[in-house]
Amino acid sequence: MPELIIILSTAAKIAFLVLGVIMPIVAYSVYAERRFSAILQDRVGPNRTGIPLTLFGFKKDIPFFGLIQPLADGLKFFLKEDFVPAHVNKFYFWLAPACCLVPALLTCAVIPFSSDLKFTWDGSEHLISFSIANLSIGPLWIFAISSLGVYGIVLAGWSSNSKYPFLGSVRSSSQMISYEIAMGLSIIPVLMIFGNLNLGEIVTFQAKNGWLLLPAWGEGLSIRSWILLVPVLISFIVFTISIFAETNRTPFDLPECETELVGGYHTEYSSMKFALFFMGEYAAMVVGSGLIITLFLGGWSLPFGLSSWFAPGSWIGALVHLGCFLTKIVAFILFFIWVRWSVPRFRYDHLMRLGWVWLFEIALVNIFLTAGILMLVK
Amino acid sequence: MAVKLLKRPKLSLAEKMFLPSLVKGLKITIGHAKKNATKFFNREGTDVCMQYPEVKWDAELPEYYRGAPALVTDEHGRERCVSCQLCEFICPPRAITILPGEIPKDDKWAKVEKAPRKFEIDMIRCIYCGMCEEVCPEQAIFLRKDYAITGVTRAEMVHDKERLYEIGGVREGLVNKWNDLK
Repeated sequence: MPELIIILSTAAKIAFLVLGVIMPIVAYSVYAERRFSAILQDRVGPNRTGIPLTLFGFKKDIPFFGLIQPLADGLKFFLKEDFVPAHVNKFYFWLAPACCLVPALLTCAVIPFSSDLKFTWDGSEHLISFSIANLSIGPLWIFAISSLGVYGIVLAGWSSNSKYPFLGSVRSSSQMISYEIAMGLSIIPVLMIFGNLNLGEIVTFQAKNGWLLLPAWGEGLSIRSWILLVPVLISFIVFTISIFAETNRTPFDLPECETELVGGYHTEYSSMKFALFFMGEYAAMVVGSGLIITLFLGGWSLPFGLSSWFAPGSWIGALVHLGCFLTKIVAFILFFIWVRWSVPRFRYDHLMRLGWVWLFEIALVNIFLTAGILMLVK
Repeated sequence: MAVKLLKRPKLSLAEKMFLPSLVKGLKITIGHAKKNATKFFNREGTDVCMQYPEVKWDAELPEYYRGAPALVTDEHGRERCVSCQLCEFICPPRAITILPGEIPKDDKWAKVEKAPRKFEIDMIRCIYCGMCEEVCPEQAIFLRKDYAITGVTRAEMVHDKERLYEIGGVREGLVNKWNDLK
């Protein structure tokens, strides 16, 4: 493939996937959080922000279920005063928000958002994968980069030079370190089953042979994959819990916990700097659920082998698959929100105990369990 | 009193891992979502919340509701306030300012002697505690059911005497102790 195509297509993919897919999902997951939490608690939530026709002399606004709310929120962040307290370490104070958002966005580079696209250039056909970088080390890349996100939080807490952010960042770093172990170990069984670290190929395999958690078609209809459901389910649960902890969501939101630490590590931040933390958190949530879906729930593929209806590389197929992937992501984000507004926060020692004593051991044993099944059942 | 020994409940393994209560909690919250769904998506609020400016609760306001304080006149058309300034002194946020005045000798109610020349309540300061109503020896000031007190300037939020009588209106059936006084 000519280099020009690689560069151009990568730039187009970055622009489309980051600005056109991830960022809107991040913005609207904030809206979803407010609305969904409202309906769970018998409240209403923001349902009025629409097209403000009254500003232009019309009688009525178009309320639109408040779907314009994210724009209003963004505008508010831009217009607010960007206040930097006198007692902070200016350089790191400015650096921290970027350190929080950038890793979260970088991790989405390896996630395949849809099936490959075929197009003709100069008389020859090219297949372009729908992940920004089709690396053969997908999950490793995500773990390596997402663990950098803790630097943003630690820097924010330390440079703020104030006790609540400091406590929040200390908690966050210890929490992330302890849960990353369980997270990394929990997907080793999955990688052993696939024998592959390329997320694109993992999804293609699942499209043909059944999702890991729903092996109901193709080669998935064997005794082996149904026995393997046991370790897969265990690693799915451990991995999901670890993602919750990794993205600082309730029940593991001790770095922020409004009721104890004011705002946690971003207490001293205002305006767009705060918004960057916020966006980083939600982007991490989107990428985290994207990774869970890619590994366990067939990524962009339609269930029951329906993906084989579309010829490889077809544009319609890519569109349908993109829609499928986004639907799964939305469902997962709603699940995240649902859990957040139902489950109380862990006590700190319970949190550490769960990470080190339970999840770590379970994930470790699960590896041997999977290895045994893979060895004995052909 | 007999001592009643309670046994600590034995928790099963699942209960120790919080799992049943986790599921129960998730069920409760999604149950609320299901219950609210129809009203919620029709923009009619929920069972508890109402869409405020469109839907109001005014009819259901209880008799003891404490809204904006106001001065009243009685059935004889007399302003009941005698500007004793008790409400001014009791007012916790010091929202009330009274300038006492004398009732002219030729007035029908000259025997009451005093009436407020100026009576101002700063509604930015007022906390709707109702102490003015409680302390008033003349039954002249009452907390009404008006709650939407708005204004675009600070001056607009200060209710002067005229505005207070306008809100308060005429109240009948109060004790008219001045009538029999010679």
